[in-house]
Amino acid sequence: MADPKISNAIEKHTIAVLVANEAGVLARVIGLFSGRGYNIESLTVAEVDAAKAQSRITIVTSGTTQIIEQIKAQLRRLVPVFKVSDLTTDGPAVEREMALIKVVSSGDKRVESLRIADIFRAGVVDSTNKSFVFEITGATEKINAFIKLMEPLGLKDVSRTGVVAIARGEKPL
Amino acid sequence: MMKTAQMNGAEILLKALTDQGVEVVFGYPGGAVLPIYDALFQQKAIRHILVRQEGGAVHAAEGYARSTGKVGVVLVTSGPGATNAVTGLTDALMDSIPVICLTGQVPTHLIGNDAFQEADTTGITRPCTKHNYLVKDVNDLSRVVHEAFYVATTGRPGPVVIDLPKDVLQNKGVYKPEAASEEHRSYRPQVRAEADRIAEAVELIANAKRPIFYTGGGVINSGNAASKLLTEFVKLTGYPITNTLMGLGAYPGSDPQFLGMLGMHGTYEANLAMYNCDVMINVGARFDDRVTGKIAEFSPKSKKIHIDIDPSSINKNVLVDLPLVGDVATVLRQLMKRWKDGGHKTDKKALAAWWKQIAAWRARDCLSYEQSKAIIKPQYALQRLQELTKNRDTYITTEVGQHQMWAAQFLKFESPRHWMTSGGLGTMGYGLPAAIGAQVAHPKALVVDVAGEASIMMNIQELSTARQYRLPVKVFILNNQYMGMVRQWQELLHGSRYSESYMESLPDFVKLAESFGGVGLRASKPEELDGVIEEMLATDNFVIADIMVDQTENCFPMIPSGAAHYDMLLGPADKAARPVSEEGMVLV
Repeated sequence: MADPKISNAIEKHTIAVLVANEAGVLARVIGLFSGRGYNIESLTVAEVDAAKAQSRITIVTSGTTQIIEQIKAQLRRLVPVFKVSDLTTDGPAVEREMALIKVVSSGDKRVESLRIADIFRAGVVDSTNKSFVFEITGATEKINAFIKLMEPLGLKDVSRTGVVAIARGEKPL
Repeated sequence: MMKTAQMNGAEILLKALTDQGVEVVFGYPGGAVLPIYDALFQQKAIRHILVRQEGGAVHAAEGYARSTGKVGVVLVTSGPGATNAVTGLTDALMDSIPVICLTGQVPTHLIGNDAFQEADTTGITRPCTKHNYLVKDVNDLSRVVHEAFYVATTGRPGPVVIDLPKDVLQNKGVYKPEAASEEHRSYRPQVRAEADRIAEAVELIANAKRPIFYTGGGVINSGNAASKLLTEFVKLTGYPITNTLMGLGAYPGSDPQFLGMLGMHGTYEANLAMYNCDVMINVGARFDDRVTGKIAEFSPKSKKIHIDIDPSSINKNVLVDLPLVGDVATVLRQLMKRWKDGGHKTDKKALAAWWKQIAAWRARDCLSYEQSKAIIKPQYALQRLQELTKNRDTYITTEVGQHQMWAAQFLKFESPRHWMTSGGLGTMGYGLPAAIGAQVAHPKALVVDVAGEASIMMNIQELSTARQYRLPVKVFILNNQYMGMVRQWQELLHGSRYSESYMESLPDFVKLAESFGGVGLRASKPEELDGVIEEMLATDNFVIADIMVDQTENCFPMIPSGAAHYDMLLGPADKAARPVSEEGMVLV
């Protein structure tokens, strides 16, 4: 375990936590963050192994190096936690988000929104004469960019999943 | 195929507890736990101690656990019973005491309905326990109890709550004994440090010129073997050692290598040795803010070794150079084996110079105080208590405040598990129930609660418990008619504006003791003191000794918050000269 260098720079980290799928585990993890004043930028959770009753929580958080090391240590010592991995520092990783975006417009703006969706490889999952709901998957920056482009074209509603991430290569968590 | 006899949940619970070696439970009944109390009534293996308020049950379990090394067990009812236990659970979490708290709960089909005496116990206790469980199926109950004991005692110990709905206690189910070989699927703390780190640590320790051992509650929690190993290692090296408040007793207090407690009210020599050392060996302590003072100026030039079973304690407040994650006893064994195998020796010349420097600091005699013939000084009261009890098997608990600090400074502890105090949370009202717990564990020993007159009021009702079970605890009140520590800070920081710190309308403690069925004694003058102490020790009943002490005495040395170790105030004259900084004012 390398000792963290002294640095006051705030960094963003994506942390994957493998936990027992039991009542209260998510509350415990979130309580840890709020109780100690750590930041949660996004959080996703779902069961990933029914046989072993394990769920995976992916959290995007930020802080100094010392704080990030503390967060990981605090997570590791929770009883229902199997494993904690820092996907930002443990090696190359893939990060993705999904968003459903409602755009209400007509005429030229409607056509333009469809063209941009095409460029971003976003699909249409709902359409009426006056509106579309686009489904888009990609890195956070890509989703942010798409939303920004939709703003002048009738953006009405956004629902995002938050980041899921996985390490590149063959090793599991 | 033999079918295991069907027992109800309450019976399964008691069987699991007895299989875990539980002999005593501290508790208070209520509707939700009637099935358990019914089962308790019909057996003799487990003894129940009825307290008078659920918080008292948890502190009693803490005193029991800390003085024996066993798990303390609490039984309270749902709703207000569970919420009354919260302070004690938080206290056990902060000081790493293994406690199992069984809480009643409304039946499963009523959970979430705002039923009578319902509380979201698992939600409320999640942040203040090491772990908690809600048992929804009686066939899960025995597994949960065995797992709870494992969690409470493994790695860094802590409190665990098991919430038990009433229908689960009444339903019939099957008891499963603890599987000996089964490992917990996710929670497996590391106990052995890595060999290369051990080697590095031994080199660092051997080559030190101004070394110091800084040891804490982790040594006590590791077990009595850890204290013996620590003592052996310290004597082997000849290095100085200091303890935190929680670590007192791990090393013999009257040994000349012991520099006294360190920290906010620690000794001059301990704090300066920490500031000026070149190698700091932290064994089972956590760099608490009461010890470090201003972090940026905490022992800035030293290399720090940190032995701790909890990886999250490492690099949390103070960055260390060589962490050794593991159990204290195991790691000390590893270090000493490596030391002996490698034929390591200390730098005797440098060490002699270091001890010479320490002797000069000791010469300041920082714990000296102005004696008085007219009025009892609190320090004097404790010195007389120490002197008159030194040949007895004594257990000391304290409440919180100035008396607690003076007790830590003036009482001597030669072995672990004789000193019980609320360190991390600082809970007033801890001492009397903790003394009760310690007395239950050691019926023939002398148990003394050193108290302030403000703190003792917080759990005064537990005198009834002491009377019921004929527990001859001695409550030694240093009565200065103020919340002493609060008053001291108000004097130092808030222009002596003593806001709400004067204790109005105090009871007559002698009459109070008598009304509860005990003995009350009072000493108002120095010449009365020894007589009162001796009568207190000779009385075969619980005693309140009301010692009227000097109201103006302040606790020194003191490192004010936000200050560095070298900024220590040594006496009243010092405090006038140095005001506390702006940032220091906002710190507790």
